[in-house]
Amino acid sequence: MHESIVVHATPTQYKSEVRDLSFYYGEFNALKNINMALHEKQVTALIGPSGCGKSTFLRCFNRMHDLYPGNRYMGEIILHPDNVNILASNVDPIEVRMRISMVFQKPNPFPKSIYENVAYGLRVRGVRQRAVLDEKVEEALRDAALWDEVKDRLNQLAFNLSGGQQQRLCIARALATDPEILLFDEPTSALDPIATASIEELITDLKDKVTILIVTHNMQQAARVSDYTAYMYLGELIEFGVTDTIFIKPMNKQTEDYITGRFG
Amino acid sequence: MSNTDKLHEIRAIIVRHKRWDLMFMAVGMFALMIAVLTFTVLFAQMIIDGMPRLSWDFFTSFPSRRPGSAGILSAWVGTSLVMLVTIAAAVPMGIGAGVYLEEYAPKNLVTEIIEINVTNLAGVPSIIYGLLALGLFVYQLGFGQSILSAGLALALLILPVVIVTTREAIRAIPVAIREGAYALGATKWQTVSDHLIPYAAAGILTGIIIGLARAIGETAPIITIGAMTFIAFLPPSPVQAEFPFLSFEWLTSPFTVMPIQMFNWVSRPEEAFQLNAAAAGLVLVVMTLAMNGLAIYLRYHMRKKIKW
Repeated sequence: MHESIVVHATPTQYKSEVRDLSFYYGEFNALKNINMALHEKQVTALIGPSGCGKSTFLRCFNRMHDLYPGNRYMGEIILHPDNVNILASNVDPIEVRMRISMVFQKPNPFPKSIYENVAYGLRVRGVRQRAVLDEKVEEALRDAALWDEVKDRLNQLAFNLSGGQQQRLCIARALATDPEILLFDEPTSALDPIATASIEELITDLKDKVTILIVTHNMQQAARVSDYTAYMYLGELIEFGVTDTIFIKPMNKQTEDYITGRFG
Repeated sequence: MSNTDKLHEIRAIIVRHKRWDLMFMAVGMFALMIAVLTFTVLFAQMIIDGMPRLSWDFFTSFPSRRPGSAGILSAWVGTSLVMLVTIAAAVPMGIGAGVYLEEYAPKNLVTEIIEINVTNLAGVPSIIYGLLALGLFVYQLGFGQSILSAGLALALLILPVVIVTTREAIRAIPVAIREGAYALGATKWQTVSDHLIPYAAAGILTGIIIGLARAIGETAPIITIGAMTFIAFLPPSPVQAEFPFLSFEWLTSPFTVMPIQMFNWVSRPEEAFQLNAAAAGLVLVVMTLAMNGLAIYLRYHMRKKIKW
């Protein structure tokens, strides 16, 4: 990684630091010795060809790999300001998931009402008072730019929404619990161009509130929404830096080849 | 070879091949007709024989030496109470075991052996369950030849069906939904109780009903346990007029069930009792068909609400 090109890169502005992270699916070494940082209240994009490990890397941040047997982390992901290594075996993955939310590739609303979808994260945390739930649900739906479209039908099934609305609902669901980091795993790959544009706009708006890490296979999307970009290939972090620099003047030949469309 | 010759040849081949289509269609239709017609004829015969006997009195009378005044009161009450015990035992155990196997059990050799055997258990002849229940419930645990023993025996019998359908219904829920719940910080139990079981409910319910439809017609295990063939009193009512209003005395009561009542009448020499048997059989078949119909309804209409 090339810290020299990162402006004002002092550790206090890092929301999270990845140190020597390697990851194994059983015997398969999917991530190799990754070092990088997430800047607070900024959007960091992970790009690279299919199978390069970008989704695997993203899913380390909320310990999603713990759900399946045979997965192994090595190295650290430090979460600031409390400097806790969220990969440590004495850190409960549930605690990590309560601090770091995730939006998935395909919209995955629960087969419940719009209201209950957004409220579920709060219910998991034991919130019962209707007034608190109402307020948080409205705030999250407003933040996800969905409130005006659904305020009159909060009790309808979430499945009745369009694909783009469903994805914004999932974003609202992730926002309702005030996460410190929001993970996006190719959030627009199942959406049409208009819905994609609205999600991208939303991501840009959300960085005032939350640190964002987004996986995308769409390079224009990375260029449009992110402040920092990491290019990965075969489980390795090839280049990481300010998005403009990566796209205009990449240091690495491989990055340049990928970005200019020569392979990938 | 000219173009026309080639075309003629192709057409000849097609005609020859299509003959097999026709042949198979005929054979298949014939096989299907044998199955359907046999059932239809049997069912029709039963309706013709039994229908005239069906009346309010038939449902409210005890069995009798005189066929004209004999009824199925003790049989349908017995069947209902036995089913109640079966539901109470098989539903929580079956769902619990299914959810555990699917969500909690570590994926290792022991689990795999258990999984294979649960599926195999569904094919064990029901008389085996009857013998097991006789040894375990009737003698070992001292439940006697009672409704409780019969209900538990049938619960064992349908447990594999409930377990397997529970697992299938849970497995049909997309991984994305499960991960969505975990990603919000839900524990395993929160994921299971808030999401997996509710979303799988239609499928699980279908399995329970299909299991009960099988249990309701079972005769062998009930005979093994020692159901009465002639019984002219009802078990004590579960609901009492005075405190504490609920009574569980009926659990230890002797009983009979519909198939055994039928069997008893069929084995009588008098012609008139055969008609009683047909009428009781009609009631039993209608109950079973109604249950299966309900299961089909649930499968198609409740699932329609949930599209992944």
